Parts: sequence; structure tokens; C-alpha cells
Amino acid sequence: MDKTVNQKAWFLVLPVFLVVAFSAVLPLMTVVNYSMQDTFGNNQFFWNGVGWFKELLDPSTDLGGRFLASLGRNLFFSLVILAIEVPLGIVIALSMPRQGWTVAACLVILALPLLIPWNVVGTIWQIFGRPDIGLMGYVLNHIGLDYNYVSNDIDAWVTVIVMDVWHWTSLVALLCYAGLKSIPEAYYQAAQIDGASRWAVFKAIQLPKMNRVLLIAVLLRFMDSFMIYTEPFVVTGGGPGNSTTFVSIELVKIALGQFDLGKAAALSLVYNLIILIVCWIFYTVMTNAGSERKQQEGAV
Amino acid sequence: MHSIPGRRLIMALFLIFLLLPIYWLVNMSFKTNAEIVSSMTLWPHTPTLQHYKRIFTDESWYSGYINSLEYVVLNTIISISVALPAAYAFSRYRFLGDKHLFFWLLSNRMAPAAVYALPFFNLYSAIGLFDTPWAVALAHCIFNVPLAVWILEGFVSGVPREIDETAFLDGYSFPRFFIKILVPLIASGIGVAAFFCFMFSWVELLLARTLTSVSAKPIAAIMTRTVSAAGMDWGLLAAAGVLTIIPGALVIWFVRNYIASGFALGRV
Repeated sequence: MDKTVNQKAWFLVLPVFLVVAFSAVLPLMTVVNYSMQDTFGNNQFFWNGVGWFKELLDPSTDLGGRFLASLGRNLFFSLVILAIEVPLGIVIALSMPRQGWTVAACLVILALPLLIPWNVVGTIWQIFGRPDIGLMGYVLNHIGLDYNYVSNDIDAWVTVIVMDVWHWTSLVALLCYAGLKSIPEAYYQAAQIDGASRWAVFKAIQLPKMNRVLLIAVLLRFMDSFMIYTEPFVVTGGGPGNSTTFVSIELVKIALGQFDLGKAAALSLVYNLIILIVCWIFYTVMTNAGSERKQQEGAV
Repeated sequence: MHSIPGRRLIMALFLIFLLLPIYWLVNMSFKTNAEIVSSMTLWPHTPTLQHYKRIFTDESWYSGYINSLEYVVLNTIISISVALPAAYAFSRYRFLGDKHLFFWLLSNRMAPAAVYALPFFNLYSAIGLFDTPWAVALAHCIFNVPLAVWILEGFVSGVPREIDETAFLDGYSFPRFFIKILVPLIASGIGVAAFFCFMFSWVELLLARTLTSVSAKPIAAIMTRTVSAAGMDWGLLAAAGVLTIIPGALVIWFVRNYIASGFALGRV
């Protein structure tokens, strides 16, 4: 469908532009302002230029060390949960019942974790994993595993990852399910006549049809896990030590805990920039994939 | 649709994995604190409603639910009403900077809330909205408006252009066409977008907690009070948690037929 050029369309977009500019650009200006200054309390500010940024990117300083360490942890976390949630989500989507009331029941149960406030998700797992009152912690300890997410780094990591898989795999599954449902039955019949194997059907029909939704899934999951705050904060508080302190947790600690506005602002800007770049890469890939698909469809 | 071998087993195991932690929370909310701490029981042996009773009779508790619902509903209304015309514009027209604008919106959906916590605090204090539902509702627009535009754009694109053209030929003015024809046509899309705005505003806590102190505190923030000198009040915490799951569960039930396509943002 060709779109007509119409500059008056700006009037239709204007409300959105104003609302988002009010809540995005205005605060960001404050952040830019703070990032160049230092404060010793009492609302006295001093010019600091790019000092904070230099410190931030230098691992030998306290600020830089903390930032880069939390960034590393966060990237590792995002990659691990993507590696688990994407394949698992595809498997779950393929396992959906075909028809009947079970479809609705499965959809509702799948969507349930997505609608739970994030700190309640944290609370659920905090309780569930406790060795004294939680089912999971109790069972694990009784079959001989020494599991305690409060004191052991690895246990804390496992808990946070399992919690995220519990919380968000459904999103990937629902997206893939939506993609699968758009495949016409005729495709499968053709595959059957050709005697295609189960794997061939998946590779040649289902995976290409899921491409687009999978891209959205990966984008959403990467972004949301990259800025994860509430759930691990409730469960582990970033600990034991600093082992599960992700970038957002570190940032809130500096900004609202220590009120180190300059440092926090500099960190915010770098953090935002990383997100913006990743977002742009995804967006470009997505729009390119979209236009390629259109060209192919046009050719057919 | 073709499925894989053992699919019933896989699905059943995954659903159990999803439901077990929730069951444990529900289970605990009906136990007395003595039972929670002293023994490991798979179901409440001395079931009690004391925790729920306390939440429903203590104003400082139940007002949290009202506050949360207030800003969630406000945010949903604002997001949908500003996003509708924009979605139409993005779907039908090309204009100066449209692609950049769309990307900019998308990037705001991805912006980390932690970055905005402090500037929002300053901003809303300065304009006197701090500790009101409006502050949280407006703050949540930063991720809900782009999302609503994105979802609605997909649904508007599904409406054939001929309908617009016919309506204009029939002498409909733009506002009348919009309200009388377009909105009813994409009603399900609006429902899906509203569902997602509701969802993301309901589950977000960092901004909601930062922008409120006393009179507009959301329930999720009030829950942190269960830590007292006498130790954790686990039963009360569990009961409050269960009550936060219920609105979500209700909303899902209403949109269950659209969930899948909605999560694909109208783009399958």
C-alpha cells in the first residue's frame, strides 16, 4: 500500500510528540545538565566538564569499575536468558493445543506471569526459594543440594535466571504462537504431500514465518532484561556482595541512594546511549526485513 | 497447525512450572504466620482469612489498590487518546521526519526507567504534581504511548484505504470519520492496546514508587511495609501479593482471544 505525502499529518502526531517530549526530552535535559557538574550538597553545583564520563569509562576508578562490572554482569545475564527463553518459547508455542477450550486455558495461564507486578514477581520467588518456608528451597535442600540464594553467588544467579525464565518465556511463546497461527493449513498439506520431515517443516515453513515476531521477541527481551531492576532487587538486593547488581540497580544506588547526581547522570547518558544504539540496529534490521518481504510478495 | 511429539507433556510441565510458585503464594496467604514459620505444609492445615481481613479493613492497605488503579486507568486513557490519531497518521501518510519520529518513539519504549527516576522526581516536584496519580500516569506515558502507537498502527493498517476514501466522498469530515467509522472498525485493536497499557502501567514499580510518597502510594510499594520489628509478616505479604494478581487475571480473561495477536503488536 503506497502512502501519500501529507505534511498536515504532523498535526495528528503532535499530541504524541508533546506528551513524549514532555516526559522524555525535558528530563533528559536535566540529566545532561547534571552530568557536567559536581555537587557537595546544599544545592551547590560546580562545573565538572567531561570529568564524570572519563571516570566512568576508566575501570581503575571506583565509579568506572562499578559501572563496567555491572555492565558485564548485565550483558551476561541478557545473553543467558535469551539463550534459554527463545528456544524454550518456540518449543512451548509448538506445543500449544490445536483447538478446543484448552487453547484459551493455556493462553490465560501463559499470560498470567506477565500481568503480575514486578516486585510481586520478586516476592513470589523470594518466598518460593527460601530454604525455611519456600517449596523450592526446602525441596532442593532436602534432596541434598546446599541451596541458599542469600549467601551463595551461584545460587543467587540461578534464582534470578529461573525467575526471569518463569516471568518472560510466555512472552516469547505467545509471540511465536501468533506467528504460527498465521500459517495457512495449505502449507502443511503441501509439505505432507512432499513427504517433508517434521524438522524440514519447522525449518522451511514455521521458522521463516516466525522470523518477524521472533525479532520483536528478541528485541523486547533484550531491552527489558538489559534494564531489569525490580525483580532481582527484591529477591537478592543486588547481592550477595555485588554479584547480582545490574546496571539499573547500580544506577539507582548512586542516584537515589547516595544522591551523587553528577555521577548518576553521566552513567544514565552512557546507559541510554547503549540502549539507543542496540535499538537502532534492531530497528534497521526489522524495517529492512519488512521491505524485503514486501518486495518478494510484490514479485510473486 | 503442526505440533511436535510429546507436546502435551511439555505443555503440562511448563504450566506446572508457571503455576507452582503462584500456588505457593496463594497457599501461604491462607496460613497463619505460626504455621508458615514452624512447619512445611503443602496446603493450609488451619486455614485463615485474617490476612485478607486486615487488608480490606485497614485503609492504609486498601487505599494502595485504589491509588494503583487510579493512575493505571488515567494512563491508559491518556495513552490511547493521544496514540489514536498518531497511529492513523503513521499508517496512512508520509511526512517530514516520519521514520525518525517513529524510531524516536520506539527508543523511548526501551529507555530504562532507572535513568528517568531522578529527573522525573525533580520535574514533577517542580510543577506540583508530585505524589498525585497524575505524576505516575504521565510518567508511564513514556513507555505506554509509543507502545500504543505501535500496536494501533498495525491495526489501522489492516483497515483498507478505500473505506477512508468512500467516507470522505460521502462528505464525512475528518473528526466524524474518525469517531464514527475508524474507531468502531479497530475496536478490538483499541482493546488490545488498552490491555497492554494497563499491563505495563500495572506492573511497573520503580517510577510509581519514586513519584509518590504518602497519598498516592501504589499497593506494590505499600507491600514493603510488612517488614516490622517482629520480623516478616509473611502471611500478610502473600495475601497482598495474591490480591495484585487478581486484576491482571481478570483483564486477561476478557482479551484472551486477542492476546496472541496483540503480543505480536498487530504485526503477524
